[in-house]
Amino acid sequence: MGKHILSVLVENHAGVLSRVAGLFSRRGFNIDSLAVGVTENPEISRITIVVDGDDYIVEQVGKQLNKLVDVIKIKQLEKEESVSRELVLIKVEANANTRSEIIQIVEIFRANIVDVSKNTLTIEISGGANKVTALEDMLKQFGIKEIVRTGTIAIERGNNYTKVNNNDEE
Amino acid sequence: MKITGAQAIIKALEYENTDVIFGYPGAAICPFYDALVDSGIKHILTRNEQGAAHAASGYARVTGKTGVCVSTSGPGATNLITGIATAYMDSIPMVAITGQVSSELIGRDVFQEADITGATAPFCKHSYLVKNEKDLPRIIKEAFYIASTGRPGPVVIDIPVDIQTREFEFNYPKNIDIKGYKPTYKGHSLQIKKVAEAVSKAKRPLICAGGGIIRANASKELLDYANKCSIPVTTTLMGLGAIPYHHKLNLGMLGSHGVYAANYAVHNADLLIIMGARVGDRAMGSPSQIENKASIIHIDIDPAEIGKNIKVSIPVVGDVKSILSELIEVSQKGNVEEWNVLINEAKEKNSIKTNYEDKAKFVSPKYALSVLTKLIDEKTVVTTEVGQNQIWTANYLGVRKAGTFITSGGMGTMGYGLPAAVGAKIGALESRVIAIAGDGSFQMSMNELGTIKQNKLGIKIIVFNNHRLGMVREMQKVKYCSRYSGVFLDENPDFIKLFEAYGFTGKTIDSNSQVEEALKEMLSDDKTCLLEIIVDPEESTL
Ligand SMILES: Cc1ncc(C[n+]2csc(CCOP(=O)(O)OP(=O)(O)O)c2C)c(N)n1
Repeated sequence: MGKHILSVLVENHAGVLSRVAGLFSRRGFNIDSLAVGVTENPEISRITIVVDGDDYIVEQVGKQLNKLVDVIKIKQLEKEESVSRELVLIKVEANANTRSEIIQIVEIFRANIVDVSKNTLTIEISGGANKVTALEDMLKQFGIKEIVRTGTIAIERGNNYTKVNNNDEE
Repeated sequence: MKITGAQAIIKALEYENTDVIFGYPGAAICPFYDALVDSGIKHILTRNEQGAAHAASGYARVTGKTGVCVSTSGPGATNLITGIATAYMDSIPMVAITGQVSSELIGRDVFQEADITGATAPFCKHSYLVKNEKDLPRIIKEAFYIASTGRPGPVVIDIPVDIQTREFEFNYPKNIDIKGYKPTYKGHSLQIKKVAEAVSKAKRPLICAGGGIIRANASKELLDYANKCSIPVTTTLMGLGAIPYHHKLNLGMLGSHGVYAANYAVHNADLLIIMGARVGDRAMGSPSQIENKASIIHIDIDPAEIGKNIKVSIPVVGDVKSILSELIEVSQKGNVEEWNVLINEAKEKNSIKTNYEDKAKFVSPKYALSVLTKLIDEKTVVTTEVGQNQIWTANYLGVRKAGTFITSGGMGTMGYGLPAAVGAKIGALESRVIAIAGDGSFQMSMNELGTIKQNKLGIKIIVFNNHRLGMVREMQKVKYCSRYSGVFLDENPDFIKLFEAYGFTGKTIDSNSQVEEALKEMLSDDKTCLLEIIVDPEESTL
C-alpha cells in the first residue's frame, strides 16, 4: 500500500468531475484527495488525485479512468521526480499567553498568518504532506478549531511535463 | 437552410444509416416524434421503454449495427435504465436518446425531470446532455462512433425539449476527433510473437472465447486458428456460437453453469488463451487457482479488462479479428496430441447430453432443446430469458453460428428475451426467431406481445413452465435448506388464452413423447405462437 499521485488531463466540461468521482466510489478505490483546476489550455482541466493502494489498484484506477471518454491523459507522478504541494488553512486557538509561541512555530515552518482575532490565529501553509502534518502536530496542543485543505497538486521536475500531445520529455 | 433540432436528430440518424428505432413517446420528446412523421425511419412502439432498449439490443446483436432507442424524460428515461445497463454489461452498441425538460428548467425538479446522464453514468460508455442545438450533429456522430467502435457499448444522449425546437444551420461533420477516445485495433507485433511462441511450446493449450469474438465478427479466424494449432475451445455464455457446437474442438460453455469437459479443460490446461472475454465470476469463479496452473494469454480490445480479474503473462490489446489473422500466419502447432485425447475423453463424460428422464406430466427441457436443435437451421435466432431456461438453452441447444444466440449474459436481466426477439426479428426478417423463456421471466415482458402483434412479427415463443422462479428455488433448495421463499407462481395466467387474446395460438405439452411433434408443428409456419412446456419444478439446472 502507499500513496500515489495521478495527474489526469480531462476535457473541461460539466459532468466530468462527477464521472471521475463516481468511478472511484463505484469501483471501491480509495482516494486521499482530488484537486481540479483549468490548465494553460482553457478547454482542458487537470485533476490531481492521490490514491491509496497497491500497484494493482493504481493500475486499475489508471485503466478505468482511461476508459472515460473525457479523460485525455493520465500520468503517474513519481515522488522523486515531481514536486507536490498542498495549501492548508488552519484556524488555531490563541490567547495572549500562547500567541507568540504559535507565531514562532509558524515562522519556523515558513508559514503565514493570514487572519487574527482575539482568540484565534489563522495560518496558511503550503508544502508537501510531511511538512503540513508536522505543523499540524505542533499546533494540536493549542487547540485546532478548523482545517481546510486544497488537496495535493503536483508537477514534474525539470524539463518534463504532461501535456495532451507530448509523450513526456520535450 | 435552417432546420430544427428535432429535424437535425432525424437527419443525423439518417447519416448514420439508422432505418429503425425502438421507442416510446412523451412530452419532452414530442418535437422529435413530430419530425419523425416526415422521415423514412421506421419507429417500433414497444410496450415499455425497457422493451425498447432490449429490442435495440437484440437488433444490434443480429445486424451488427448500432441499435437506437428513444424515450421521453423522467419515467421514460428511467424505464430505459435496465436496458442500458444490460447492453453495457454485454458490450452491445446502442444509442439511447432521451427527451429532457426544457434547458432553463433543468435542476428545478419540474414535472418529469430526471437526471438520466447522472443515473446512467456507471453503466453507459459515454453520455451527453445537449446544451446547444448546434452541438447536435457533432454529438450524434460521436455517439454512434463511440457506441460502435473499440469495445462497443451504450451511449446516452439527453436532449432538452427546447433544443429540439430551436432552428440552426445543419452541417454533418465528416471527421471525428475525440482526444480522450482512441481505441487500439492493431495488436502489438512483439506480443503476438510471444503468443505464437507460447502456443508452440504448450502441451495443454485451451482457448476461452467470449462475446468479443462475436462482436468482432471473428468466428472464422477463431476456427482457422484453433484448427491450425489443434487447440480446443471453450466459450463463455456470451461466446456461444463463436464456434459451431458440433465442431470437434468445441467443448461447450465453461464455468459454474458450464459443462464438465470445459471445466476439466480449464483446470488442466497449461496455457489458457482468453479472447474477448472478461473473466467474469460465472465463467471463472476462482481465477487464482487457474493462474497457478496455467500461463494466461489475454487478448482483448479493452485494456482495462486485462489483469482485472486474472494475472496475465502475455497481454495483447487490440481487435481480436486482426490479431487472430496475424496469429494464424505466425503460429505453429505444438505437441498437443495427448491433450486432445484427454479432452475427448472428458467430452465423453459430458453425459448431460443423454440423461433425459421420461416423467408423467412433465417434459424434460433438456430433451426438448436437443430435439429443437435438430429441427432448426443455422440462421435461426434464439433468445433466452434468465434462470434455468437460460442455462438449459446454453447447454442443450446447439448454437451453430455467431450472433444467433441472444441472451443477457452480464446482467442476467429477466424480461430481456422477448423484446430482444422483437429487435432480432426486425433486424433479420428472413430468419426464424425463437424466444425461450421461463414462466417468471416471460411475465416480466409479456406486454411486448402487443408490439409483436402490431408489427406482424412471426416469433415462436417457448415457455418452460415450472410454476416457479426455478433458478432461485433451486438455490433455496441447495443453499437455504429448502426454505422456499417468494418463488411460487401457482397462479399463472392461462398462457394459451393470453396468446389467444392477442390473436395468436398456443399449445401445451407435458410429456417427452409429445415434444417432437409439437416442435415440428410450431415450426411449420411463420406465425407467432406459444409452445408451453410443462416442466418439473424439481428439474435441475445442470
Ligand atoms: C430482473 C431480474 N429480477 C430478478 C432476477 C433474479 N432471478 C434470476 S433467475 C430467476 C428466476 C427466473 O424464473 P423463470 O423465469 O420462471 O425461469 P426458470 O428459472 O424457472 O427457468 C430470478 C428471479 C433476475 N435475474 N432479473
